[in-house]
Amino acid sequence: MTTAALVARGATQRFGLRASLSRNRRWALIASYVFLVIFAIFFLIPPYYMVVTALKSDAEVARMATNPWIIADGLTLDQFKILLTQTDFLIFFKNTIIVTVAVVAITMVVSVLAAFSLGRMKFWGSSILATGIFLTYLVPDTLLFIPLFQIVKAVGLLNSYWGMILVYPTLTVPFCTWIMIGYFQSIPKELDEAALIDGAGHMQMLTKIFIPVALPGIIAAMIFAFTVSWAAFVYPMAFLYSADQQVLTVGTVTSLIRGDVYKWGMLMAGALVAAAPPLVIYAFLMDYYIAGLTAGATKG
Amino acid sequence: MADTVQTWSPALQGVGLHPSAGQNLRLFMRRRSTTAFLMCLPLILIVGCLVVYPAFYSIYLSMLNKTQTHFIGLGNFTFLLSRDVFVMVIEQTAIFALCAVFFKALVGLITAHLINNLPAKGQRKWRGMLLVPWVIPLALSSLGWWWLFDPTHSAFNYILESLGFEDVQWLGQPYWARFSVILVNVWYGAPFFLIMYLAALKSVPEQLYEAAMIDGANAWQKFRHITLPMMRNIIAITVLFSLIVTFANFDIVQIMTAGGPRNMTHVFATYAFMLGIRSGDLPLGAATSLFMFPILGIAAIFILRGVRKRGREIG
Repeated sequence: MTTAALVARGATQRFGLRASLSRNRRWALIASYVFLVIFAIFFLIPPYYMVVTALKSDAEVARMATNPWIIADGLTLDQFKILLTQTDFLIFFKNTIIVTVAVVAITMVVSVLAAFSLGRMKFWGSSILATGIFLTYLVPDTLLFIPLFQIVKAVGLLNSYWGMILVYPTLTVPFCTWIMIGYFQSIPKELDEAALIDGAGHMQMLTKIFIPVALPGIIAAMIFAFTVSWAAFVYPMAFLYSADQQVLTVGTVTSLIRGDVYKWGMLMAGALVAAAPPLVIYAFLMDYYIAGLTAGATKG
Repeated sequence: MADTVQTWSPALQGVGLHPSAGQNLRLFMRRRSTTAFLMCLPLILIVGCLVVYPAFYSIYLSMLNKTQTHFIGLGNFTFLLSRDVFVMVIEQTAIFALCAVFFKALVGLITAHLINNLPAKGQRKWRGMLLVPWVIPLALSSLGWWWLFDPTHSAFNYILESLGFEDVQWLGQPYWARFSVILVNVWYGAPFFLIMYLAALKSVPEQLYEAAMIDGANAWQKFRHITLPMMRNIIAITVLFSLIVTFANFDIVQIMTAGGPRNMTHVFATYAFMLGIRSGDLPLGAATSLFMFPILGIAAIFILRGVRKRGREIG
């Protein structure tokens, strides 16, 4: 067989292979879309149903004959009106904002300082401490809420949202420190050497170099602290019991339910409004958060 | 340009400057570790006072009687283990956590692959859509699920009825209730696996797949011999981590069933809450939640090993 013939045969074979590959790819793509749509339906059923219920009138929610998945009587914002005017919902909202802002601020100051120190400066025992911080992140709140109940009671903050500002950092600080250590360690050493030669102190180094360079990590940590504080449920459930101190998660689930007749339309409206801030933040900053989160777990 | 370099270099290399710079550096190093420790102090205080101390305090608390006046050793633990309800709680926690984590991992793996198959442009949109369950605070989405399962107005039963099936008492019948709380947990936790796997899939070098394709490997072989080995570590870390979180889960069961019917859906956290906070027996509640500790400890050791190994691999 001549070389020319060999080349020609190779070419036709390759062409056939490529054609079948692209056909396979197209089928794989169509199958992917079909299954993704099925999973998307599963994932989006609850939020969809919450929206539908919140936009119905009470009469339609209570009527059992009609299809619950659609709005038959027309949209109404009555449920939101009732929620905002006749319940303690706005108090819960205010309390949650106060607690969340305070916890995010505390978390960021504590964990950025600690991460800078553990990731960059090193002192006796610092690597053990870094491992220890990671381990404390793995201690769940449901293991700690009973002893913390005693501690919160002892400092006189039971049934006060200030108690939440005290205990929520246990949920946020370890992980935020952990991902910030990773970000700070990834900054080249030459940068701090240059800063030292220019006569910068540690604080200047942190504020002028590390914080600006590690900004994506700081944003990821802030989103994490925000999400966790906003969604926390165990601690307020155990430590708060009067409506004027309550936060959104527990308030929506417990206080809005009165008597035997559940006002499902209003409850769903409350759940949606309460879930809106995290949803909005994710819509805009999802990429930062995912990058920070996966980096924390993969780079470690 | 040349001028600036000339005015610069004498200052740096000047003989007179050397000793004082060295002294400064030594002083700087000594001060440095003090400063470093001070910067860590707030963290040490928070973790020490609010995590480490309570953890040990919890062990002490679990050995007291209900009014916290007498030391009763392991009395609370033996009392718990002697009760059928608690044995069932252990069983249910194990079923709940293992089933939920398995299906979360499976759904996460499948969806991550599906998204990875798509053209790069569409991936972000789909990922965002499938992440929604994980973004809504769990307490609030559990409330939504509760409403979906509501016995008189159940939206699921409406569909079942219109398809000619019988109604299901989603939260009223014990085994359906167990199924329901697991389903909600899978729904909530699968997106976390999805993003972890998706990140891991992106880090598998494309050449490996190309090489396999030339060797004529089919999709399953590629998955079995390339994807799985490359992702083994990240899968292990994610599964162990999810195991901890799921074993310690509270929101779903507390909101949807509060442990009922007939205590069949209680997990450690909700049972500890019922005993410790609702009935006011803090020591017994502390003992209940301490049953989580061995499982968490073992998982934590393996996670730490995995994370360290992963760290070395990446450099």
